Amino acid sequence: MMSKFRSRKERQPKSRLVTTADGRLLNRSAAGYLYLLLPVAFLAVFLLYPTIMAFRMAFYEKYVFIRQLGSGFGLSAFKYVLHDKTFWLAAKNTAILILVALPITVILSLGCALLINSIKKLRGLFQSVYFLPYVTSTIAIGTAFKWLFHSEYGYLTWFLNLLGIESKAWLTDSNLVIWTLAVFCIWNGLAYKIILFLAGLQKIDTEVYKAAKMDGASSFRTLRKITLPLLTPTTWMVSIMSLIYTAKTYGEVYSLFGGGSAGVGNNAITMVYYIYYQFKERKMVNYAAAAAILFLAVILLLTAIQRIVSKKFTHYV
Amino acid sequence: MAKANSHEIRVKDGRLVALNVLKYAILTLGAFIMMFPFLWMVLTSFKSLDEAIAIPPKWFPSLLRWENYQHVWTLAPFSRYIINTVICCVLHVAGTVLLSIFGAYGFSMYEFRGKKILFAIFLATMMVPGELLIIQNYITISKLHLIDTFAAVVLPTFASGFYIYMLREHFMQMPPALYKSAKMDGTSNRRFLWKIMVPMNKNVIATIAILSFVSQWNAFLWPNLVTQTSKTQQISTGLIAFQSAASSNVQYLMAGSCIMLVPMVLFYIIFRKQILEGVAGGTGIKG
Repeated sequence: MMSKFRSRKERQPKSRLVTTADGRLLNRSAAGYLYLLLPVAFLAVFLLYPTIMAFRMAFYEKYVFIRQLGSGFGLSAFKYVLHDKTFWLAAKNTAILILVALPITVILSLGCALLINSIKKLRGLFQSVYFLPYVTSTIAIGTAFKWLFHSEYGYLTWFLNLLGIESKAWLTDSNLVIWTLAVFCIWNGLAYKIILFLAGLQKIDTEVYKAAKMDGASSFRTLRKITLPLLTPTTWMVSIMSLIYTAKTYGEVYSLFGGGSAGVGNNAITMVYYIYYQFKERKMVNYAAAAAILFLAVILLLTAIQRIVSKKFTHYV
Repeated sequence: MAKANSHEIRVKDGRLVALNVLKYAILTLGAFIMMFPFLWMVLTSFKSLDEAIAIPPKWFPSLLRWENYQHVWTLAPFSRYIINTVICCVLHVAGTVLLSIFGAYGFSMYEFRGKKILFAIFLATMMVPGELLIIQNYITISKLHLIDTFAAVVLPTFASGFYIYMLREHFMQMPPALYKSAKMDGTSNRRFLWKIMVPMNKNVIATIAILSFVSQWNAFLWPNLVTQTSKTQQISTGLIAFQSAASSNVQYLMAGSCIMLVPMVLFYIIFRKQILEGVAGGTGIKG
């Protein structure tokens, strides 16, 4: 038994183990490929290949959906999309969500996180309650919002009437639908950001606060001069994450305005909804792919801008 | 002098108390706004139609109409949806966890040609939005004749660059002495993975499992494309099908939504700590 054990140990070629700069041991062996075989296979088939194909499909001149055959190479899909009013409506709506709903969500969630962080009792309870929308399905909770916004039976209508304000057709009026959507997006997006901000707040060294207290700094001053500056890396991270998430708004539209088109005359349509709509409802694969690529380009551009700006204005990132 | 000082302290105390009361008041109002849609949904699911659409509102149902739920069950095969969803959740969790472990181990414990490039590709895929993928993935799945099967729902969800990256970070933090001594004992690499690495990282693996369970339960966009009949429909897509059957009977609509939400709320109550920590640690699924 013992000899067998020893011989096995001796057979182990030492040269196969390499030490990295930080002192970890690595196996120089083709077995690494074996472990990566499955992940790489799945990644290649369901992530890489579709990404490459999206670029190919966007340049199809013709596409027959039933036979799933595309042909030709040209810019006609991009031309169509860029001349499509619905595409620009989707772009406009997405821009409104990014420019209006996103800052409001970030500010509100920062406020909530600061408040939750500053209290002692019931902290866990508040944290759990504010986080609830994160784990619950947008599709399911959207049904509730749909009825709360109902122009006749909605509690919002009743509440506004009570205050003497005339209620509007929140779900059908073409000028209002985007704002209704924005409200739902704000409510739905708070949870995640609050938790990220809370995590960021907990990372701040408590010694800093002790020092501020000893110097007699007021709590407002502490907030302005210590907490918020030290929180900037978190704030940027949250903004970048929410930028990407907001740009991808889809489930909220589906659950409020539902089904085929996004509300009457597609008025509540967003970018991702447009991609889905071209693909699922209209079966125009090349238009969907062209829109997806334009969308990807804009997201990458916005993230790059945000990165550059954040590097310029924070010393902590 | 001393009197003035104590007065000052009292004023300061008073201000602190007032500030604290204000804080709790704002937080309670906020909590009410966050909870209101849920509370309204649950209460409405027990109302009669008249109560549900009464203006001014009848906040509480006159009695708990459990028969609403019975009726909802006859409008759509909810048991079937739940079973389907649980099956897909389990498959999704198993696939994701297994592939993440394999990927993380391969990247953290081995040195081989092309490793850097391969890892860079994995990282790059994290940037690609899922919306770009659905087009070709739908075509691939239909070419494999898998439309309307559980495989269609879960197969494209298995490989996650992010989870592999996260788990790799954890694997790399394990002390090298551990591996050295395991090698001394002649432990095989495979044994080392399953007997030492996985048990020692069980917390982070559990977090991956829990969060991917939540995201699969709530998944909608992709299942909505590839499930067509109640044989495979998930609770999310089934809910949409049910909504047209329930038409504008709001009490049924809300009962249907409750059926989807309540299990997740219970799941959240049980795994609150892991979910909150996992999300705070960057394992986001919905933002």
